[in-house]
Amino acid sequence: MQEAMINKAKQLLADGIVDRVIGWKRGEFVYDITPAIFETAEELEKDFVYDDFTAANVSKYLVKESKKEGKILAFLKPCDTYSFNQLIKEHRVVRENVYIVGIPGGPKLDAEKIKEKGITGILSVKNENYTLKIETVYGEETMPFYEAVLDKCASCKSKKHMIYDELLGEEGDVLDSNRFDMVEKLENMTAQERYDFWREQLSKCIRCNACRNVCPACTCEKCVFDNPDSGIENKAPADSFEENMFHIIRAFHVAGRCTDCGECSRVCPQNIPLHLLNRKFIKDINTFYGEYQAGEDTTSRAPLNEYKQSDCEANIVHERGAE
Amino acid sequence: MLKISLDKLDKLFEAVSASKALYVPTDREDGGAEYRKYESGMKLSSALNTVRSAKDFFFPQTENLVDFKMDGKSIEVIDVREEAEDFVIFGVRACDARSFTILDKVFLAEPVDSYYKNRREHGTVVTMACTRPAETCFCGTFGIDAASPEGDAACYSDGENLFIEAHNEKGQKFIDSVSSLLEEGDTSKLEETRSKTREILKKLPLADLTTDSFGGDKLNEYFNSDKWGVLSESCLGCGTCTFVCPTCQCYDIKDFNTGHGIKRFRCWDSCMYSDFTKMAHGNPRLTQLERFRQRFMHKLVYFPANNNGEFGCVGCGRCLSKCPISMNIVKVMKALEVK
Amino acid sequence: MQVNENKEFQPLIVAFCCNWCSYAGADLAGTNRLNYPDNIKIIRVPCSCRVNPMFILRAFQRGADGVILCGCHPGDCHYTSGNYFTRRRMTLLFSMLDFLGIERDRTRVEWVSAAEGAKFAATMNEFTEAVKKLGPNRRLEDLRCRKQ
Repeated sequence: MQEAMINKAKQLLADGIVDRVIGWKRGEFVYDITPAIFETAEELEKDFVYDDFTAANVSKYLVKESKKEGKILAFLKPCDTYSFNQLIKEHRVVRENVYIVGIPGGPKLDAEKIKEKGITGILSVKNENYTLKIETVYGEETMPFYEAVLDKCASCKSKKHMIYDELLGEEGDVLDSNRFDMVEKLENMTAQERYDFWREQLSKCIRCNACRNVCPACTCEKCVFDNPDSGIENKAPADSFEENMFHIIRAFHVAGRCTDCGECSRVCPQNIPLHLLNRKFIKDINTFYGEYQAGEDTTSRAPLNEYKQSDCEANIVHERGAE
Repeated sequence: MLKISLDKLDKLFEAVSASKALYVPTDREDGGAEYRKYESGMKLSSALNTVRSAKDFFFPQTENLVDFKMDGKSIEVIDVREEAEDFVIFGVRACDARSFTILDKVFLAEPVDSYYKNRREHGTVVTMACTRPAETCFCGTFGIDAASPEGDAACYSDGENLFIEAHNEKGQKFIDSVSSLLEEGDTSKLEETRSKTREILKKLPLADLTTDSFGGDKLNEYFNSDKWGVLSESCLGCGTCTFVCPTCQCYDIKDFNTGHGIKRFRCWDSCMYSDFTKMAHGNPRLTQLERFRQRFMHKLVYFPANNNGEFGCVGCGRCLSKCPISMNIVKVMKALEVK
Repeated sequence: MQVNENKEFQPLIVAFCCNWCSYAGADLAGTNRLNYPDNIKIIRVPCSCRVNPMFILRAFQRGADGVILCGCHPGDCHYTSGNYFTRRRMTLLFSMLDFLGIERDRTRVEWVSAAEGAKFAATMNEFTEAVKKLGPNRRLEDLRCRKQ
């Protein structure tokens, strides 16, 4: 796939259809891949990479990149196309300035999951028939491919591209995913158990803002948490309340707009399952207001910008299930 | 050297924690490791490093400095400082141990930071030599030997026994307090383990990285380098690198209105943030490029310029594994370095 | 024995009331001399839709033990549709608070018209009792704001 992508990019550059390419650049190790802009065929040849570790969703970079002069080629995985569509809907990107090539997505690998197995000193990782052969400074190790898959890929919702100018590989399908399983499991716990669960998770937060800054739906020019005039600006969770508030508001602000791309949890240095908060909103929206998938189209109204006279009352929350 | 069998480690922890707070790295369910206050039954983490560095013990993420209470037009100032209690941090790695030396240069230089000093004086750092360094390790670049860490006292494991030696009075006191559990041991197997570790350190992918082309006199070469644009273009402007870094020491001081008074506190700040060092006229660094440059120039040029050539990095590798877009000091050094 | 044991817990309750219906309803309750607890602190807002989820959270931060949001009945909004949006927003917010294990009975939305002074008083009495049963808010409080 990487070869085909480099060739495609070189061809589009040579034909003058695009001026720049956004993709991923090789790092020091097998897994530390950085999103990058390429302008020449030589750069592409040298550094462009697309493999099992290129998980980063590049659609948010297009907010800035699509406003620059010229056209940019973006390789988007199926999940990334949902994010991009949502950005079009919110008028955050200039569609005409982006040439989208749809590429097959994951499952992508999580280096942290390999390291969790006690495998360290990683020099190379090869996928041989869904067994990872890992060469390390301490000798060769193996582990099953699927045990190292990123959480966001393990509960993939769709292999279908929502938008593209051209497709490399075959068109996929929307999948029947198990993505709400964990949310359901939590819902079935008692309030005390849920409280304890989230306290343990959210107390790990170091407020690095990675979840917010990587989120393709978080595109405010100035975040309320960075604005000293908002009265709630803070740089560190000085109290457990601030941990709760930040994460509730972060998830709430993208409710109905979050496409469930899973980047928030992927980048969290403390492994907080932040996507569960977003999924809770998605699940509630589906239950209360009908199935809705953000990023599926560019025209529908977001659930929180719409209403029906027959909507349920807020006390539905108080009435359902046991405490 | 004095030793204790590894399976008696919990006895050692029990003994230490009986008289003072003991913090040890432990494994979390999610795979990460973190320092926790020792309680019976806790297991020492086998992870190379904790996600958060050990700097929290001396320079916590948030810390109350002073309280104010207003009554009409009078303001009462309440000093919230308390004498810290004695505590021991066990299992600090060589990189984190060196980070304290770097933090000392900042906080213990005149004017001395009394909050930091208070904690520093009451804390005993017991380090642990590495035996399984990771690919992200590059402490050797900064002259740190992972097989013989600094600290008040240091521990070395040979797989069966844990050897302990003191580096100073504080460390000696620690050893004296548990001496009944320790016995003289033969270090021949330990020497073998250590030389093996040193062999591995030489084989690590970043073993060749040097600081030769950096230092306090390199301001002009690097400040205007045209490489900053490419290096910083994908930076998200989050604070992950700063907050997991053991040597990042910038902070902000803020007032929190509690409704019945004011709490003045300080909290870690990140040069990657748009409101870092914001003043009345605005922010001196308007673009992410400038902010990104600030972080690495500080570590590789400004810090050595003000501290006799000491760099503001210890090569712990946390930012290498935690940066959401995998841009880090190693990539910056390799891109800028003049061969 | 401590004197405190006999002292009943008095919750602090914040009620966001829309200017056009519920605030007038509260007024009517007053002019009709209907009793409702003095635990209720009313904050007047132009429309229930003005209430940002952050307001609710910050009320808890600043020491509220319960927060109630009152607006015009659906269909009666002075701005045509404000309260419909409120309804969706608060449903999701309350559900999220519940998901985080925060007692769901600390929050409520109630529609009170300008003519419903009696309903206002009854709602506030009932809500205060419910919050009283829950005791002080501990799960969503800011310790720094607690009065020593």
